[in-house]
This record gives sequence, C-alpha cells and structure tokens, in this order.
Amino acid sequence: MIFPALFFYLFSAVLIASAVMVIASRNPVHSVLFLILAFVNAAGLFILLGAEFLAMILVVVYVGAVAVLFLFVIMMLDVDFAELREGFLEYLPVGLLVGAIFLAELLLVTGGWVINPTLTKTVAVPIPGNVTNTEAIGLVLYTTYIHYFQVAALVLLVAMIGAIVLTLRHKANVKRQNISVQNARTKAAAMAVRQVPSGQGLRESDAAEWVK
Amino acid sequence: MTIGLGHYLAVGAILFTLGILGIFLNRKNIIVILMSVELILLAVNINLVSFSAFLNDIVGQVFALLVLTVAAAEAAIGLAILVVYFRNRGSIAVQDINMMKG
Repeated sequence: MIFPALFFYLFSAVLIASAVMVIASRNPVHSVLFLILAFVNAAGLFILLGAEFLAMILVVVYVGAVAVLFLFVIMMLDVDFAELREGFLEYLPVGLLVGAIFLAELLLVTGGWVINPTLTKTVAVPIPGNVTNTEAIGLVLYTTYIHYFQVAALVLLVAMIGAIVLTLRHKANVKRQNISVQNARTKAAAMAVRQVPSGQGLRESDAAEWVK
Repeated sequence: MTIGLGHYLAVGAILFTLGILGIFLNRKNIIVILMSVELILLAVNINLVSFSAFLNDIVGQVFALLVLTVAAAEAAIGLAILVVYFRNRGSIAVQDINMMKG
C-alpha cells in the first residue's frame, strides 16, 4: 500500500511548510492562519497513526478555540507590527546556528535509536484491538488515569479563573447594581417624615440635607 | 516504502526546531513567540502519539491529551496577560516588559 506513505509525506510537508510560514510571515494574522493549517495537517498525521480521537480534539480545541483566540487578540490590539519585525534579519544568523545545532542533535538522537526489546513486554496499557480509539482512551482515562483527568480539569479551571480575573475591569463611570447593599436597606434607613414649615415652602438648605 | 517511527520522530524534531527558531527570529513580537510555543507543544504531541502507536500503548495518547490541555491553558493565560499589558502600556514590545525588574 503506497497511500499511507503518500499521505504521510503530504501531511508532513504541508505541516513543516506552514510552520515555516508561521514564524516567517510578515503579518501575524497570516501567521495564525498558517498555524491553523499546521494543526489540521498534524491532525492528519494523528489519523495516520490511528489516534482519531486526538486528531479530532486537536482540530476542535486548536482551530476552534486557541487559533480564534489568537485572531481576536491580534485584531483587538492596535499594534504596529512592522515595528515589531525590526531586527528579524539581525537575529537570523544566531537563530539559524542554534536551530541547526538543535536539529542535528535531535536527528542524531532520533536516528540512532533502538527500542529495547524488553520494553514491549512492559507496556502499561496495550491498545485493545476490538474497540475504537475513542473507546480505548475512555476505558483508561476514566478509570486508571482518573487523577490525570482531574488534574487537567483543574488546570483548565485555574486558566479560566486567571483569564477572567486578569482581564475583568470595572469602569468608574458605569453604575453597577450592588445587591447586598440593596438587600440591607430597611424602611428606617430609606424613609423619614419631615416637618415642612407651612407657608414657607422647601428651603434650599433643608432640601440638600434631607434628600441624600 | 513503509513509514516507521523514525519518520514521525523526524517530523517532530523539525517542528520543534522551527518553534525554537521562531522564538529567536521574532524576539520583539510576543504573539508570534506564543505561536512558536504552540508549535513546540505540537511537536511534543506528535512524538507522544507516534511512540504510543508504535509501542502499542494507549497511555501516550492519554498524556498527549494532558499536554493539549496545558497548551490551551497556556495560550489563554498568555493572551490575557498580553491584553492587560497592552491596556497598561499601549505596546506589546518585549523590550518594554521590565516593569517587574527588581
């Protein structure tokens, strides 16, 4: 079968090309769109690996949430991005040097590996052959690894509270309802009977004192 | 022409290196730096899932799910900090971020 290999090379070529465009694009909006393309192609690689659930989660979470969040922030902030791009070529040599060293090391490590034969006997949870990938993940995620699941939920909770607390602001000139103050108001505090002298009307000084 | 574990690991390594290169090249633009961090975490996920598939162990995919959660939380918090910083200073230049300096 030539098709898996063909699709692997297609997905990984587009993935790497769009990753290059993410870091080299002049306009950050284009960077986000290339990031979306990179994530979709990574999802294709995950499908080739048999991890359909993670592929779908990658598309839903990244393309649906994270990339749109990036787009919102870029379009909301009024920033001169041309100014931020100054020094791009200045850092290119040192960046390429570090990148080349890093890539060489990584490829040496990943190219020279041999899987220990005893490792395949110590697999924690083998992938069951008779159920779908989603069901296989669910079978272990909610039983053996329930604590990892709860830690992930707590991480999301902290992120949600943090983002809300960071970005919430009260404007001074906007009136807001204060429910506890409203509920604490009694008849004695809110109402009073005033004796207005007959024939003289309401004086300015009295009115200012009574109507607070 | 079979695609082995090494092919996937090479893709992950190249993607990781591109993420690091992005941090070096876009040192003034913190939004692109955040996107580069997302690329790095994606490379990590590709490694985890490919080892999970080739070692026939589902735990790698469970851990990739955890990495995905952390990446989403990191993007949300990072962008929230960025928005607050832009409100206070009117710019997002990395060089200007020294208000907390000792």
